[in-house]
Amino acid sequence: MAVEVKTKETNEIETEQLATGCEAIAEAIRLADVDVMAAYPIRPYDGVMQAAAKLIANGKMDVEYIVADGEHSQFEIVKHACAVGARVFVGSSGVGWFYAFEAIAVTAGLRLPVVAICGNRALDDPGAFGTEHNDSLAVRDLGWLLPWAETAQEALDLALMAWRVAEDKRVSLPVAIGLDGAFLTHSQHIVKIPTQAAVDRFLPKFDLGDRLLHPDNPITIAPQVDQDWLMEIRRQNDAAMRNALGVIREAHADFKRIFGRGGESPFLDEYMTDDAEVVVIGQGTLSLPMKVAIRRLRKERGLKIGLVRLKWFRPFPTEEVVKSLRRFKAVGVIDRDYSFGSPYYGGVLYNEIRSALYSQEKRPVIVGFIAGLGGREIEQPMATEIFEKTMAAGKGDLAAGDTCHWIGVRE
Amino acid sequence: MTTEIMPAQDLPQIKGVKDVPYDELFVSGHRTCQGCESALVMRHMVKASGPRTIVLGSTGCMYVANTTYYTTPWVVPWMHTQLGASGSAALGTAAGLKVLMRKGKLKNEKINVIAFCGDGGGADMGIGAISATLTHKDYNCLVLLYDNESYANTDIQLSSQTPYGAVTTFSPSGDKKRLMHTRWKKNVPGMLAAGHPESRYIAAGCAAYAVDLMNKIRKALELGGPTFVHTLDPCPKGWDYHPQYSQELGHLAVETGIWPLYEVVDGVCNLTGPTRQIAEGRKKRKPVYEYLKRQGRFAHFIDEDVEHFQAQVDKMWTDWLIPGVIPFTVPAKDVAILKIDKKPMHEQKTA
Ligand SMILES: Cc1ncc(C[n+]2csc(CCOP(=O)(O)OP(=O)(O)O)c2C)c(N)n1
Ligand code: SF4
Repeated sequence: MAVEVKTKETNEIETEQLATGCEAIAEAIRLADVDVMAAYPIRPYDGVMQAAAKLIANGKMDVEYIVADGEHSQFEIVKHACAVGARVFVGSSGVGWFYAFEAIAVTAGLRLPVVAICGNRALDDPGAFGTEHNDSLAVRDLGWLLPWAETAQEALDLALMAWRVAEDKRVSLPVAIGLDGAFLTHSQHIVKIPTQAAVDRFLPKFDLGDRLLHPDNPITIAPQVDQDWLMEIRRQNDAAMRNALGVIREAHADFKRIFGRGGESPFLDEYMTDDAEVVVIGQGTLSLPMKVAIRRLRKERGLKIGLVRLKWFRPFPTEEVVKSLRRFKAVGVIDRDYSFGSPYYGGVLYNEIRSALYSQEKRPVIVGFIAGLGGREIEQPMATEIFEKTMAAGKGDLAAGDTCHWIGVRE
Repeated sequence: MTTEIMPAQDLPQIKGVKDVPYDELFVSGHRTCQGCESALVMRHMVKASGPRTIVLGSTGCMYVANTTYYTTPWVVPWMHTQLGASGSAALGTAAGLKVLMRKGKLKNEKINVIAFCGDGGGADMGIGAISATLTHKDYNCLVLLYDNESYANTDIQLSSQTPYGAVTTFSPSGDKKRLMHTRWKKNVPGMLAAGHPESRYIAAGCAAYAVDLMNKIRKALELGGPTFVHTLDPCPKGWDYHPQYSQELGHLAVETGIWPLYEVVDGVCNLTGPTRQIAEGRKKRKPVYEYLKRQGRFAHFIDEDVEHFQAQVDKMWTDWLIPGVIPFTVPAKDVAILKIDKKPMHEQKTA
């Protein structure tokens, strides 16, 4: 049921309603005045397309909504629509995301600001469809920006942020928002739906400028550059990725000013860290059981523990991460993904965090945890175990530290 | 905006060679082989469509040999698309233009959208996306499949458009197996015409009949909606013949009845050029041997292979031309009686 509420900061009337993560993204698509979107079914991301289709059917938004013949087509359709100046939206999950991989790779190479959702899901066989982050993370080296949402509200807010950052000329890179399958895509939260006027103040119109493919501007996009220019082009993409850090900071500040939301930092969400000695870090909805555990363990045992949630994985906010994490004795990194055969047999985030902190003279002990794969619930005993192991490592227990633990696995 | 080009969207049918537009929109600066008919298709295609055109090209010779950075021959806006994505590229571009014009974000005018693909990209990998595009009747876009009968760019490999028995790098002729490739060429325009009743225009052309081809491009663009044109393009490198004979081989492909020229307009099939003359009995179909013997890729053929080839082509002419679209039956008396030289092909004199 939608209720109208006044925002404190701008005195504007916005509505509040119950919405799933998918429905919240659909609202963002409407508010962003997206021009072209392409759909193909795969759970759990497809809830977005279903919610958007309903908005279109009810005349709530004007968008070319193309039901494609597969994910490769989906991503190619929006890539080309984007090149003629359309604001676009697309998405997928798990194996569907991989089916589109070629198109995903070239979109970043062409610096086209496509905004996508990856409704995180395990890679099917043998028969697993629940949340796992390996689908999103597979594009980590391709030049896509990768934020993760925790709640439906954050999903909506991040989506609006995504178009703004992606389409900024200093960035011009695609964004894939991670939404944990089921935990976020299909669970309902109270969501504040901003007004169109406020969104219009935050999100400028999309303008490709002299990169627009149009008969008045007869450019050639993606000629063969071969070895002659590819290094220079990669270097430009790298510069764009670096610029994105600043652009995200700007967008976050504007977002907070206009909508009065978004938290302290654009990159990190810290929970009960002020007096904490030991923290865990992770992405997406795993923060929810961890927050419960923190409250409980603080009350029951007086443990000084907290959580740092990483909101953007690419670009990796190294400066912020280092500044935050070096304060603690020990850091437990929780991965809802795994990198087979990687250093210390850890997850992707674990290795990134270790790498980010390597250059610090004084650094916390870092412990890795693999948890919740394939959508397995992270239950309270598991959360407790994660904190206990991290604390033991902080106290110098070598068996606990410098390694990676699988949580809740039947051995 | 960099260049001022007056919008021009009048695409009347071309009456004769003198009527062909003077403007070149595909110019020098490419590296295709001497005698490359696919490059000629590109030239005719944009000559016919004019400057208010966006061209999207899937990976293949017409990308790799055509758009080396600093030397692109495309005067019209051009963008690369993936090997299997010509259908999606056409659709996305057309959808983008349509919605931006509807919302007033772009000046309202007709802009031609043409996505091309090779036979590998179009008839194999991209057929699903092309088929999907042909069902989206609200978008104006043309998919052009230029068919050099192999994956030419990656060194002449077998595609579903490679003719029966032809030698490619994936289907060499050896001591044990003379023919490595024994599948018959997939009838792409036929199956697309049969399966996509809402596509208003599907045609088969050949650059050797340039005016016919240009008119087909124009008709496709004029009628609008999603349309498809398939061209057969002699490729001196892949077919192994001297580049000076490209046009001649194009003519022979049509005159032997191997590559019929036709268009399906709103479900009605018109035969064009010599194909029409043959069907009406005003011209005799030449034996396929005339065509096969000119190309090194068939040099290993023996009589039996030629006979099989001829029988298949005869069957096409007598039993069907476009299954599901046009039952095309030519009276037996009109089918050319074929005389086949009994010597194995490699021993025969070639032109
Ligand atoms: C997905 C993918 N697979 C393979 C290739 C390698 N490749 C590049 S060009 C090409 C040949 C394409 O053949 P065709 O579409 O017939 O065009 P032609 O080269 O004959 O002009 C191939 C296979 C590629 N670029 N992309
Ligand atoms: S290999 Fe064939 S298609 Fe490719 S450029 Fe040469 S002649 Fe043209």
